[in-house]
Amino acid sequence: MAAVATCGTGVGSTGSIVAATSKNNVTSFQRKGPRASGTDSGCSRLVSIAGTRPSVRNGQLLVSTGLPALDQLLGGGLAVGTVLLIEEDKYNIYSSLLFKYFLAEGIINGHTLLVASAKEDPADILQELPAPLLDDNYKKDFDKDVCNPQTPDSNIKMKIAWRYQLLPKIESGPVSSSRFGHYYDASKRMPQELIEASKWHGFFFPEKLSSTLNIEPCSLTHGYRKLLQFIQKVIYEEGFDGSNPQKKQKNILRIGIQNLGSPLWGDDICCTENCDNSHSLTKFLYVLRGLLRTSLSACIITMPTHLIQNKAIIARVTNLSDTVVGLESFIGSERETNPLYKDYHGLIHIRQIPRLNNLIYDVSDVKDLAFKLKRKLFTIEGGKTDDFQAPFIQDQKQEVSKRLHLPPDLSDTVSRSSKQDLAESSKLLGPGCGMMAGGKQHLDF
Amino acid sequence: MRAPPARARVVCSSSVSVVPAAALTPGPGRSCPELGMFPELNNLLNITPDRAEQGKLTLLCDAKTDGSFLVHHFLSFYLKANCKVCFVALIQSFSHYNIVGQKLGVSLTAARECGQLVFLEGLKSSVDVFFRAQAEPHPLQFLREADAGNLQPLYEFVREALKPMDDGRAAWRCPVLLVDDLSVLLSLGLGAVAVLDFIHYCRVAVCWERKGNIVTLVHDSGDGEDEENDILLNGLSHQSHLILRAEGLATGFCRDVHGQLRILWRTPSQPTAQRDGSLTYQYKIQDKSVSFFAKGMSPAVL
Repeated sequence: MAAVATCGTGVGSTGSIVAATSKNNVTSFQRKGPRASGTDSGCSRLVSIAGTRPSVRNGQLLVSTGLPALDQLLGGGLAVGTVLLIEEDKYNIYSSLLFKYFLAEGIINGHTLLVASAKEDPADILQELPAPLLDDNYKKDFDKDVCNPQTPDSNIKMKIAWRYQLLPKIESGPVSSSRFGHYYDASKRMPQELIEASKWHGFFFPEKLSSTLNIEPCSLTHGYRKLLQFIQKVIYEEGFDGSNPQKKQKNILRIGIQNLGSPLWGDDICCTENCDNSHSLTKFLYVLRGLLRTSLSACIITMPTHLIQNKAIIARVTNLSDTVVGLESFIGSERETNPLYKDYHGLIHIRQIPRLNNLIYDVSDVKDLAFKLKRKLFTIEGGKTDDFQAPFIQDQKQEVSKRLHLPPDLSDTVSRSSKQDLAESSKLLGPGCGMMAGGKQHLDF
Repeated sequence: MRAPPARARVVCSSSVSVVPAAALTPGPGRSCPELGMFPELNNLLNITPDRAEQGKLTLLCDAKTDGSFLVHHFLSFYLKANCKVCFVALIQSFSHYNIVGQKLGVSLTAARECGQLVFLEGLKSSVDVFFRAQAEPHPLQFLREADAGNLQPLYEFVREALKPMDDGRAAWRCPVLLVDDLSVLLSLGLGAVAVLDFIHYCRVAVCWERKGNIVTLVHDSGDGEDEENDILLNGLSHQSHLILRAEGLATGFCRDVHGQLRILWRTPSQPTAQRDGSLTYQYKIQDKSVSFFAKGMSPAVL
């Protein structure tokens, strides 16, 4: 645990150093063959795939989710062969943003993409991907803001962040980057040439509806069945599972499935509590996991769990997924006007992290995490256990100062101004802090 | 798709420091790596690989936490006890159990090759069953069926795997069936009654006829939302001789105490509860072992 905590602030730099050294020469960081038992024996152990790195704990091959802060919370990244399930926020704003970050990371690293949606055409989804923040672009943006007289103390913040970003030297070429996780600018679009240079497969369910072949009855709904067949076809033909002797694939397949479980896929678990085909979604997840475990792929699924009527299905879906992250946005809820949350856009709940090839797993100490989309960057910060769950308390000022008493936050723009706040607030809390203060104080471990 | 043998993996020493927990029994506090499994758990259950009980159904249950460490324990325990093991692994892949087993001192690949271990890898087989029509009935045939099937092909598979050797000599000790886990069968379209029937048939074949053991894991959702799961859990609890229940702490997450283990001994055949005892311990999972201590006696707190 200590190792994970200390490498928290330098997550970008350590990752890239590992990747760089493993590219250059033979190091002890050999790529462990993941559960892709089908990869051919001709693939030597020393070849590393772009955009992946072995996990510090058990040598598992990891890919970045597109958000370095989320990578750190998940123990370094998303393991190849596993499913990341995102429980959508109420209006599907931030979950689709995470979805796009995942795909954008695949394009930057040169991975193959498979995008499946029942709502939008995958080609349109790819057009809306955020642009990557390479070093020279980042610097240009911050220099622009430096001239802005309205935010004087933000100068210090950005200058420090700018130096952090410079640590691994990045070539100014468009795609090549040896870093593990990248930052994206949500207000700009990915350059067209990058999208065209990438390899992707799209599955748009309304298009596939027309071709209904003679299929034997199965308890899977039609949409899920066709999607599974499509994924299996891509994996087999492109050689991601190593079973095709002609194709020696040394790349990762990134699968993104949007709004799984929504009525647009033909499933009715979001419509009624006692549905006819309640096992369809869980069976789909099981077979999908079987496909992923035997191939070099990683999958992100966004699911509108807030719409699912039968709570038992949510528990089963969670058990069938590897990593589960829940998003809760403040839009439209009473927390939007709570001064406690004024800087944040929502909460992130890490519901499940898998224990892969191990008895234990990396778990972050900070349990309450909030995210914000600030200056075009998606950052995640953590607080003490009950800070974000605190009910309304009469003494708002005391509550706000308590929130600032944070452990080192997980965002990568640690600024000097917020550190000064920390020092002041700890003085404020000195006399009254602690469990013995009074009846109004709730338990604080 | 034949799986080539697992490649050499990265050897990274874990940076987590092992907390030396005081063992409750007067036995040695350090775990011997060559013993494998969790010696402290063996002490708590009062069993050793030499004197494994026979004809027992053990139920592993987890509520709000991950109880898979118990599965790894029993797998390595029975392999060390020289029993023939049939492992129906529905949740994770073979290499996952193999790598953890190596930390606990058993090699699943060696056991599989010499015939001690029969491993049904659910995830890999499900892909085969689902996409290609099989000639003969596959243990996971229910994946292809439209309506709620039954587990008879799986039962036949288990029976075939644990049948005695033809030449009469006892190569292994009692047979053991290990299932990880049963709750996922409910997610795959089977009813709770079908799963209970399957366990009943297996009990007759394994525990009664062959004097073997069955160990199975069931998740407990806890809130009563999943009725099928509750039916399955209650039905199995009623039939089991030993129930190990891993629960998360009621007060929430803690770095030094990962959960609480309740051990319940039962004698289902006898109406009077003369040996029904229960013990509760808290545990912390480390890289290669699990340390147990009495409630509130965590070394981090003392």
